[in-house]
Amino acid sequence: MSDEQRPGDGVPVPRDDTGEPIRVQKGMFGAKNGADTSGYGGLVRTVTLPGATPRPYGGPGGSFDEIADELEGALEEQGLPPGSAIEKTVVDRGELTFHVAREHLLQVARTLRDDPALRFELCTGVSGVHYPGDEGRELHAVYHLRSLTHGRLIRVEVSAPDADRHVPSLVPVYPTNDWHERETYDFFGLIFDGHPALTRILMPDDWQGFPQRKDYPLGGIAVEYKGAQIPAPDQRRSYS
Amino acid sequence: MSAPHAPQGEAPGDTFPEDATPRETTEGTVYTVTGGDWDEVVQSAAKADDERIVVNMGPQHPSTHGVLRLILEIDGETVTEARCGIGYLHTGIEKNLEFRNWTQGTTFVTRMDYLTSFFNETAYCLGVEKLLGIEDTVPDRATLIRVLLMELNRLSSHLVCIATGGMELGATTIMIYGFRDRELILDAYELITGLRMNHAFIRPGGLAQDLPPGATDQLRELLKTLRRNLPEYDKLATGNPIFKARMQDVGHLDLTGCMALGATGPVLRSAGLPHDLRRSDPYCGYETFDFDVPTADTCDAYGRFLIRLEEMRQSLRIVEQCLDRLEPGPVMVADKKIAWPAQLALGPDGLGNSLDHIKNIMGTSMEALIHHFKLVTEGFRVPAGQAYAAVESPKGELGAHVVSDGGTRPYRVHFRDPSFTNLQSMAAMCEGGQVADVIVAVASIDPVMGGVDR
Repeated sequence: MSDEQRPGDGVPVPRDDTGEPIRVQKGMFGAKNGADTSGYGGLVRTVTLPGATPRPYGGPGGSFDEIADELEGALEEQGLPPGSAIEKTVVDRGELTFHVAREHLLQVARTLRDDPALRFELCTGVSGVHYPGDEGRELHAVYHLRSLTHGRLIRVEVSAPDADRHVPSLVPVYPTNDWHERETYDFFGLIFDGHPALTRILMPDDWQGFPQRKDYPLGGIAVEYKGAQIPAPDQRRSYS
Repeated sequence: MSAPHAPQGEAPGDTFPEDATPRETTEGTVYTVTGGDWDEVVQSAAKADDERIVVNMGPQHPSTHGVLRLILEIDGETVTEARCGIGYLHTGIEKNLEFRNWTQGTTFVTRMDYLTSFFNETAYCLGVEKLLGIEDTVPDRATLIRVLLMELNRLSSHLVCIATGGMELGATTIMIYGFRDRELILDAYELITGLRMNHAFIRPGGLAQDLPPGATDQLRELLKTLRRNLPEYDKLATGNPIFKARMQDVGHLDLTGCMALGATGPVLRSAGLPHDLRRSDPYCGYETFDFDVPTADTCDAYGRFLIRLEEMRQSLRIVEQCLDRLEPGPVMVADKKIAWPAQLALGPDGLGNSLDHIKNIMGTSMEALIHHFKLVTEGFRVPAGQAYAAVESPKGELGAHVVSDGGTRPYRVHFRDPSFTNLQSMAAMCEGGQVADVIVAVASIDPVMGGVDR
């Protein structure tokens, strides 16, 4: 097989080094106890997410550049250098993502909502992602903001280290995030500072641990099927 | 239903309690009531020196739409504070997805909001397809059938909403009518996917299977029947004075409230904003269909009811256009490294793998066998990255945030379920109103706990 793969061939497209490494994969076929006779045991592969994109960002009708210009301009007007608030801007698969420094999240969100040229009125909530291999940025909170005025959608992403799991709450700007932030706290242990009542929402109040983190096991028991033992889902062979 | 004097009432003891007998607990006097003992509670509460009563409704209560727990602080018949308790149906679907391959994911997501299975599947598959970069190669026929199934699903979901909403008001005829028509639609699902619910029919790259022979004729028959039946809801409810008295000006949430609380779907459209993702951010070719987005300006439960009725008529129009446009063709992407290899065929034991396919992989093509084996045991790899795909479900914006680390399993999938978000507005709709109006307001949000709790 050649290195030139069409996207969609089912094989990851090799990416350049600008990506954000999230994990180093060793071996293949999920053999972890020394019984790997496949010859792939020595394979080492760095898994990276798409990294910062250089200008122009493109988008439908060049709208991504417009949004980025407006946001950077508006932040500069407020006396906040855009470079310190926006860590990087990623355009991938037709979607625009701003990685925002957590200390400036509230101001950026307020600007995105209130600036007439941006007007992202609707926040569709928070999604947490746990990248244990992304040192110093283990926990990510991902927000999707929708502008009904301009018909646009962007993604805002903040990260927090596992040792200091704090992110400012967006409830003052988007009250809809109340339950969403409670859900992300419930599953990832991300603490949203300034949330009016950050408690568990789906898991029982006295639950220990944060179930969606990668170090939290799925659990389950082996099942017998036609005479064979089928291991629990998290014990099965993984090709990832 | 129990009425403790403090938010957390103790559960009833092992023995079934006497009607409304007060029990002293560490948290105050607790009355456990069922059915018609309401008068006794009110009397006992009137005797108590404490004015504040906290009523705990649910999670097992026929009019709370599933295992929803409502915690109401009441003063006489007025609700002064209302809160939701959710999580009783949390099944860890998002966590489970991380331990199955990408194709198996549809089997889980279809069970989230079990009344809108096809929307869950489509949102998930659109997200995965975006990550794979194959949105443009999904065959037209597959997309058309997706739209067709989604619009039928919008009908069946709205029918349940109207039916159960009516039942909660005591209007059991609407309930019977709604479930009668839903049953017809479920028959169509059964014909197409083999299942009445939990289909897992829409797969990354296309569909599990093509329409069975004769399906279009049966669907046209179904449309005819539904066109005949839908006006009955108008006749029965729309002008009905009791129905209107219960619904009008109840569950009020204006546009400002909707935007702040992130409410979408009929709740937002009842505030007058014609926001519908099918129009504002089209997917699956919705921009080519002819349909209207109904709105109301009443901001109340009655407006939402009218919007749902009208949306059902519009869905019928879309289904009809789908049927007119259907042309023979593949229903799965051509890329053999993604397309699920086996098509199902009717075997002597019911469903089974296509014998032609088995003959091909076992007898003729070594490569086909390898592909089959790799795809079924290992699954396909999805390039690392993240994507967000949103569809307009009957309840509002249903979004799927899908993250891949380049492996054969999802790294993280998060669903922005409209029921979850809209249910937040329950407090804003109910506080200051009557206890009986809480039921109407919650029914007008149409939350499905499978989607709220996931």
